[in-house]
Amino acid sequence: MAEEFFIQGNEACAKGAIAAGCRFFAGYPITPSTEVAETLARELPKVGGSFVQMEDEIASAGAIIGGSWGGTKSMTATSGPGISLMQENIGYAFMTETPIVIVDVQRGSPSTAQPTMAAQGDMMQARWGSHGDYEPIALSPSSVQEFFDFTIKAFNLAEKYRVPVFVMADEVIGHMREKIVVEDDIEIVPRKRPEKTENYLPFENIENGTTPMPAFGDGFNIHVTGLTHDERGYPDTNDPETHDKLIQRICDKILNNKDDICSVQSENCEDADIVIVSYGAPVRSVVEAVNRTDKKVGYVKLDTPWPFPDEEVAKLTANAKDVLVVEMNLGQMYYEVDRVCKRNSNVHLMGVIGGLLPTPDEILDQINRLGGN
Amino acid sequence: MSEHKQNRFLPYLREDRLPHIFCPGCGNGAIINAFLVGMEKAGMDFENIAMVSGIGCSSRIPGYLKCDSLHTTHGRALSFATGLKTANKDLDVVVFTGDGDAASIGGNHLIHAARRNINLTVICINNNIYGMTGGQISPTSPKGSFGTTAPYGNRDTPFKLAELVAAAGATYSARWTTVEMENLVLSIKKGLENPGFSFIEVATQCPTYFGRKNKLKTPTAMAAVMKANTVFKSAADRMRPKELEGKIVVGEFAKTQRDEFTENIDKISVEKYGKKTIINSAYETEL
Repeated sequence: MAEEFFIQGNEACAKGAIAAGCRFFAGYPITPSTEVAETLARELPKVGGSFVQMEDEIASAGAIIGGSWGGTKSMTATSGPGISLMQENIGYAFMTETPIVIVDVQRGSPSTAQPTMAAQGDMMQARWGSHGDYEPIALSPSSVQEFFDFTIKAFNLAEKYRVPVFVMADEVIGHMREKIVVEDDIEIVPRKRPEKTENYLPFENIENGTTPMPAFGDGFNIHVTGLTHDERGYPDTNDPETHDKLIQRICDKILNNKDDICSVQSENCEDADIVIVSYGAPVRSVVEAVNRTDKKVGYVKLDTPWPFPDEEVAKLTANAKDVLVVEMNLGQMYYEVDRVCKRNSNVHLMGVIGGLLPTPDEILDQINRLGGN
Repeated sequence: MSEHKQNRFLPYLREDRLPHIFCPGCGNGAIINAFLVGMEKAGMDFENIAMVSGIGCSSRIPGYLKCDSLHTTHGRALSFATGLKTANKDLDVVVFTGDGDAASIGGNHLIHAARRNINLTVICINNNIYGMTGGQISPTSPKGSFGTTAPYGNRDTPFKLAELVAAAGATYSARWTTVEMENLVLSIKKGLENPGFSFIEVATQCPTYFGRKNKLKTPTAMAAVMKANTVFKSAADRMRPKELEGKIVVGEFAKTQRDEFTENIDKISVEKYGKKTIINSAYETEL
């Protein structure tokens, strides 16, 4: 039977992690994400899981990668300064195809900026934060329920594609309290164990680019390295072909499965003059503004900012004269929307910084300024 | 042509990865040998060993050994190892690292792993220089020694790693050199047997870079200098600081017992909630 809870976003995230099978959390205290760590410190022992407070965020990212190779679904949670520190090890996880979940409860930035205020300034860091070419998956919750649901989804995607997955929340969603419904038939994707065959290759291009992953101790005796490696996992750093093949595969396994990974929600887009594109907390005000206006306005909510859902966004904005991107930074996802929509529509940015959620009235002002019917 | 006698440790090696990348005269080969002898003496099952390393010459060792091996980012091996050991405490986790990896970029992880007394065995191969990048000074380079980034001689005071790690809380810490093989083997055995954080520093020769920059061009010349400058801890304890300048103090710096990190984590689950950690839970459909 479904259960109901009235809880904080960060607590819902922790609850979602446990429901998804997360049994290892390593983290470092940072506002406004700390309650995720605090909740898991309390709850993980109850399910035989382990919580470790590490010495910093670099170590936290390292520890969850180690935990994942130890056969355990692993997660960390942080905010801007921490996500900056984690980037090198996140790149290592992409290169070694290690499933991990990284929760970023975004706050005012850059630097330490506004620890207790909301922002969406880390969206491009989720995309490009570590050096080199890779394809991340990121989910952006707009409610406490979604913070719970998307944390579970993040684990499922991480396991399915052997990839780090970001949950890009923000201070508003992290700290607000709402009712959530926890269904009793939550879909969980368990890790796939490879078959122990004579010629098992841990980094082979099979199953749509994602090879089943053994745990350390399973007897596969595999070598895992951040260096460019061949299908055996052995370093092969000077052969252009080995590098090209590896990087293409780790990118393609995401890009070729965008249909499965990408998710958007939308309303009234078909005959709208104006379509608003948003994600995360600001979507709440966008929906309210769209409901209140007399004009033909629709909205697209990006559940998965990364990989960017090009096709869906293009389709849903095809008839709009104007596209308005509402986000809590000075333009990040805006450039993606512009790339996809600029042939058909004028793309505008409503970039709000300072820490306060844009209000429905402020969004209505923008709508009125754009004209249309 | 006479046939080579097969090295008895060959089954532990990834033969398909040979030849290795280590320079002629490098101490890494002798240290791999010492590790395998120590492992056998400790009665350890090689199949149950998982290795973690960072970046640098010493960190390439696990790549040549036929066990699960995680070759990670520079300085961070101990944080990955902490996660691996916590997730599966049945594994015997061994970390190979170097002076730059462990004591410079990874210094924070080193003292915290020691503080936690997590059951890891760390072999820190200290060649006093950055070999992989071509001979820059490291946090253990002796004062006055030369490197490509210390063309006028190193002015910084080196870390004493075995002492540092002992002070940080390791339950086993020792230093030996590549010319002290028997003691090194014994220490590796003890480190593997110690149910806590074990740190074994091995002073070694890097003829290619340290030697070339410091007028010690052959491995034998370096070994001779190392041997001549070695002082046992028991003797060093009675020597004045002035007399100890330029000496390598060998011996054991920590040999004690206290509660272990992963055991403590398990205790909360088991004693308070009667929940045993499920190893490899990621593969389970229902938990």
